[in-house]
Amino acid sequence: MNSSRRIKLQVFRVVVFVVMGAFFITPLIAMFEFSTRGNGENAPRTLEAWASIFKTPDMVDAITASLQLAAITSIAMLILLLPTMVWVRLRLPRLNRIVEFICLLPLTVPAIALVVGLRPIYVWININVTDSILALAFAYVVLVLPYAYRSLDAGLAAIDIKTLSEAARSLGAGWLTVMWRVIVPNMSSAILNACLLSVALVLGEYTVANLLNFENLQVAIAYVGLVSAGTSVAVALASLVFAFVLLMVISFIGRRRTPSLAAAGTDPQYLTAGQRT
Amino acid sequence: MSTTSTETRARSGVEVRLEDLRKVYSGVTALDGLSLTIGQGELVALLGPSGCGKTTAMRLVAGLEEANGGRVVIGGQDVTNLGANKREIGMVFQAYSLFPHMTATQNVEFGLQLHKVGVDERRKRAREMLDLVGLSAHSNKYASQMSGGQQQRVALARALAIQPKVLLLDEPLSALDARVRARLRDEIRRVQLEVGITTLFVTHDQEEALAIADRVGVMNRGRLEQLGPPTAIYSRPATPFVAEFVGLTNRLEGNVRNGEVEVRGVRLPLVKPDTADGPATALIRPEAVSLGSDGDAGGGALVGTVIAVSFLGATSRVTVDLGDVILLAQMPTSQASDHPAGSRVRLTLRPDPVLIARDEKAAAEA
Repeated sequence: MNSSRRIKLQVFRVVVFVVMGAFFITPLIAMFEFSTRGNGENAPRTLEAWASIFKTPDMVDAITASLQLAAITSIAMLILLLPTMVWVRLRLPRLNRIVEFICLLPLTVPAIALVVGLRPIYVWININVTDSILALAFAYVVLVLPYAYRSLDAGLAAIDIKTLSEAARSLGAGWLTVMWRVIVPNMSSAILNACLLSVALVLGEYTVANLLNFENLQVAIAYVGLVSAGTSVAVALASLVFAFVLLMVISFIGRRRTPSLAAAGTDPQYLTAGQRT
Repeated sequence: MSTTSTETRARSGVEVRLEDLRKVYSGVTALDGLSLTIGQGELVALLGPSGCGKTTAMRLVAGLEEANGGRVVIGGQDVTNLGANKREIGMVFQAYSLFPHMTATQNVEFGLQLHKVGVDERRKRAREMLDLVGLSAHSNKYASQMSGGQQQRVALARALAIQPKVLLLDEPLSALDARVRARLRDEIRRVQLEVGITTLFVTHDQEEALAIADRVGVMNRGRLEQLGPPTAIYSRPATPFVAEFVGLTNRLEGNVRNGEVEVRGVRLPLVKPDTADGPATALIRPEAVSLGSDGDAGGGALVGTVIAVSFLGATSRVTVDLGDVILLAQMPTSQASDHPAGSRVRLTLRPDPVLIARDEKAAAEA
């Protein structure tokens, strides 16, 4: 590649980065600006709305519930989906299309229609099992299925799962060991991606929780918005930033564990010339 | 070698018996009553075309598939209904099977960990096994940092580390290039002899099977066509299929009469003299065909023109056009050089016993 072409490409990258960055950051700046406005025309800027987040009744509970729901949903999704997908690939490949269809189905069902179907079930759950908001995890597992399926499917396609599991079996491994020590470590990136998507979806979910009369983070933000627009926007911004930081942390942990990076980091023979000291 | 290989040798020399094994996949018979006994410390190669059932047979021994009938007996113990993880077998696969997230050492230690071998013993044995396959210098490398040949050698070390009763090799060389394949083939044989482990080797490469095995089993359509030492398989094939699958074979139309077959005026003895009279195709090895330079002296059924000479090293293969059929002759290169392409030659058929392939319909009409 000649230098002028490289410079053009570099400029194009910077432009794309700046435009996309502006697209994402402008609303956040606007939210921050709005949430720090004082009362009155020439009132000085204030962090009163931010301080009132933790004074708002039920807000902390809602944040905690959403975080718990994100964790439970991710774990339940993995326990349900990963062994199923592995088993179908290894033993029942003819069912692959059916499982894919079932997992992608929630994409085609509007949340409002889903709630209509789920409502009688939740009424029964509320009466006979629990009225905790954590019961929402059942519905959320269904909601995250399409995204998680796609991510895990890509991970499974990237490794020769049949040969690896048969090799492990021939060495004396039971199915649990095969899953835990061979398959999971080799698709950790896909698992993390599935978890990231699940966490992002659960933290931003409003419709199902609201229509089923549960108060999660988004519902609480909406309620606060009725009373104090500033606080509502402050919570929304805080939750966005929090989710962003959380996803970055999870992503960072996931990358540190990939074998290729680990290998390059430990074996000096595989450092590039520039990396050698 | 170390104590480990002595222990391995003592433990691994077991007999493996496959008794009337059957396997059907969705109505298609993959294995049709296979019976085979592999002696203690013996290396048997199963050879055959794709879909002949050789890999299915190996997977049944490994416990990776369930048989529809028959038994697998390893060291006197019926393991037919035992899971793959309880059979104490070591297996090297056709596809690269090293766990990508583990180093070579960790791969070798994996099975030992599952067998609850202590850390020190585990490390020691992993070192010894990598040493055995000549890869101790690569112990900290990941699969992605090793060549295909190195990966398969680590896989062999990993399979042997658990001191299995039987070693199963499922076309372990097929993904490698020709030079690496030949070298690794010899290395596998060396290691197998050193450890003394009973081994079943599956391949579709006849050269590989003939070079490595104590006995070769040629399979076709889920059945064992012939089982015997490589020399017997090559020089005394039991069936037309074996004759044609192993080595090159000329097909010449002839007539069976009184326990002999007459081919282009030459009478040749039959491997099976009790063959019924009638038209048949004689299967003649290229080595049984020799060339004379007097092709110009006159016509005849065995006079033709050399159309190609293929140099194979010590020997050469000469292709002769007889007008209605093309024949191959194999001979020392020094002799082949007397017959360049375009020269007229007279062919002589050595009177070795030959097999015949018979068109049943033609035989019935006769």
